Amino acid sequence: MADALIAITVLWGFVFIYAVMATMDFGAGFWSMVYINREKTRATNIANRYLSPTWEVTNTFIVALVVAVYSLFPTAAYNLGTILLIPGSIILLLLALRSAFLVFSNIATEYKKPLTYISGIAGIIIPGLLISVLPITHGKFVDYGDGFANLNLGRLFSSPNVYAFIGFAICSTLFLSSLLLADYSKTAGEMDAYRVYLRDGRILGPISLIFAFLIMFTLQNEAEWLYERMMDDLPLLLISVAFFLIIGVGLYAPSIFQKGVMGMPRLSVIAATLQYLIASYVYGKAHLPYIIYPNVTIESAFTDPNSFRAVFITYIVGFAILFPGFIYFWSLFMHDKKYLRQKG
Amino acid sequence: MDDLFIARSLFGTTMAFHIIFATIGVGLPLMILAAELTYQKTKDQDYVVMAKRWTKAFAVLLGVGIPTGTIAGVQLSLLWPGFMEVIGRVMPLPFQIEIYAFFIEALFMSIYVYAAERIAPWMRIASLILVAIGALSSAVLITNVHAFQGTPAGFRYENGQFTDINPWEAFFNPSFFVTAGHVALSAYVVGAFVVASVAAFKMRKHETGTRVYQLHQKALKLTLILGCLFAFLTALNGHESAQYLHEYQPEKLAAAEGLFETQSHAPLAIGGVTDKETKEIKGAIEIPWALSFLAGNSFDTVVVGLNDFPEDEWPPLFIHTLFNGMVGIGSILIVIPLLVWAWRKLLKKDHYPKPLLWILVCTGPLAVLAIEFGWIFACTGRQPWVIYRILKTAESATTATNLSTLFILFIAVYIILAIAVVLVLLYFFRKNTELDDIERAEKKNVPLYSSNT
Repeated sequence: MADALIAITVLWGFVFIYAVMATMDFGAGFWSMVYINREKTRATNIANRYLSPTWEVTNTFIVALVVAVYSLFPTAAYNLGTILLIPGSIILLLLALRSAFLVFSNIATEYKKPLTYISGIAGIIIPGLLISVLPITHGKFVDYGDGFANLNLGRLFSSPNVYAFIGFAICSTLFLSSLLLADYSKTAGEMDAYRVYLRDGRILGPISLIFAFLIMFTLQNEAEWLYERMMDDLPLLLISVAFFLIIGVGLYAPSIFQKGVMGMPRLSVIAATLQYLIASYVYGKAHLPYIIYPNVTIESAFTDPNSFRAVFITYIVGFAILFPGFIYFWSLFMHDKKYLRQKG
Repeated sequence: MDDLFIARSLFGTTMAFHIIFATIGVGLPLMILAAELTYQKTKDQDYVVMAKRWTKAFAVLLGVGIPTGTIAGVQLSLLWPGFMEVIGRVMPLPFQIEIYAFFIEALFMSIYVYAAERIAPWMRIASLILVAIGALSSAVLITNVHAFQGTPAGFRYENGQFTDINPWEAFFNPSFFVTAGHVALSAYVVGAFVVASVAAFKMRKHETGTRVYQLHQKALKLTLILGCLFAFLTALNGHESAQYLHEYQPEKLAAAEGLFETQSHAPLAIGGVTDKETKEIKGAIEIPWALSFLAGNSFDTVVVGLNDFPEDEWPPLFIHTLFNGMVGIGSILIVIPLLVWAWRKLLKKDHYPKPLLWILVCTGPLAVLAIEFGWIFACTGRQPWVIYRILKTAESATTATNLSTLFILFIAVYIILAIAVVLVLLYFFRKNTELDDIERAEKKNVPLYSSNT
């Protein structure tokens, strides 16, 4: 049991890291599209400055996530692979268009606008489809006719719960990325862009929260087992909501660090990360031991113990080697004022 | 068409498309590194210009290589869930370690491109070395899974159950080094000749002796030397690969050579078509005794023929042609640089005639074609098995039906990407001519790497 629990924790950790990085990534792509005609605010430049060096690293996390599923829970990979064929393929197609045209838009500057539109629109649909994997694992949309698992697309797309998840994913993407870009543009000293992203954050925060409530509300009907278990951790959910209020403070209160500046975006970014971390912990805990309800559990899907030990060692060694690389990367692109404040 | 055939076609199309970008993505960083190091030695700015231009091309190609690689990795689980379940249980290490290689490549690629002007020259070279190592390791590790499919190890398989699993023994399966070596070396061949192709193409368009001509001439020389060297090493390694087939997958070697009768002093068949009905090879040039010698370094070596295997376990017989194509192109690519050398040094000619340049233009596409032949040969030659003598391809496929719509969608997206990537490359290098970059490199304080007008 302990090994499987460690494994699912690692996996969920990847899910969370990818979720945060991907929201920043897809959101930044979308914002760079939205503000492409407002050259004076430089909001698009800021989004691109964040996006250009980071998208490859972000993309690597989704591969890491998929690899973690099949090396830690091969049986779950078997079942997920079978039922996710259609949504998974659509995600892959959109991801291919998105990444390629993102690169192309930075190279073929004369065609920047149409290329950015393709990558921005493809990018904002992806989080909505990615999150649909969660309600699919709640089990209600999988048929087990003639011994084979099969995803019932009709039932999937007539479920209010699924739409609540999709809406939540898209709003959260825009919300979290506008917080991050607000912080990023403030560090870069681009105050026009800062005000744009601060405003977006103020609008999208409450909408995201409403969708979060909608998820819980519809979950009650569609996956009662999960809802009940999540409500067991009501105090944690309330703490998560409390962090939302801290995000609000970061967005509305005058800065205590800089005179005459409204908002403390870094506070909001940290509070938002904690808020989502707590909420995803509650969701993940309630979801256990099921990977796909009710047939696949972390126990039944777990890999061979020898393989697990070998994989786990590579995780430790791998991240020990990579860590300095991440720090160096961060210092060059997130922290270096020369990079952040460059012209053009 | 049955679902299995569509699943195989879909995955095959993904791989055929991806490996073009993946192979160039492994080969090109080494060429960039060679140019950077040559610059450090000669202080000739032209090599910096080359490095910059190849890096831009590399970044654009990554824009397709990375997402198609992501597709390939995820599609494995979507189309072959039965296969990935076994791989996840027995052989998870290559994929897992590949992730770290991938991270190293992604991190330092961004640093090399987007921070080139802010970091010290030695750090730039270090970043580039890490990119090259990351790219090479990814290729080696992914190929390891392919090696395992041919020579599975590290487990016992009884009554459909995998027991006594030893993932490191699986990792170091018998054909790992020779197969991965083949892929790595041949990727450098492709990287070198693709650049040589472009250089020859540009030399054709500029007057002999002009500034731009000289730049491309230097690039051609550098890449032909590297290309010839790696093509030769690939051939040596290929010989060893064939001996591994003889030892571990004899029916694959038999099909590759169109050999039906088990025999010593077996002939090597070049060209021709293998006929399944009459069980013989038609129209081939046969070199007596050569196959036995290749397989076991002696004419007495008994090479097993296809007749010794049940017909439903035969690989498709057209792999003979693919095998010949791969070996043929590989040999041509060793000879062409030597001819150029002979022309320049032995005959002491100082110009490149147009026909010679045209031949050189063909080398890049030929190298890519050889890679395609090689992979199709290696993967269809393993059929009907997905893991040799353990798991059949048919048993590992998805149970989902109606894959044809997905197949069409993926083809459409690959076509869009293929057209777009070519247009973007043409656009970029037309806007940023060689002379622009030469000028930038000569002026201090003008950014070269981040330049994009």
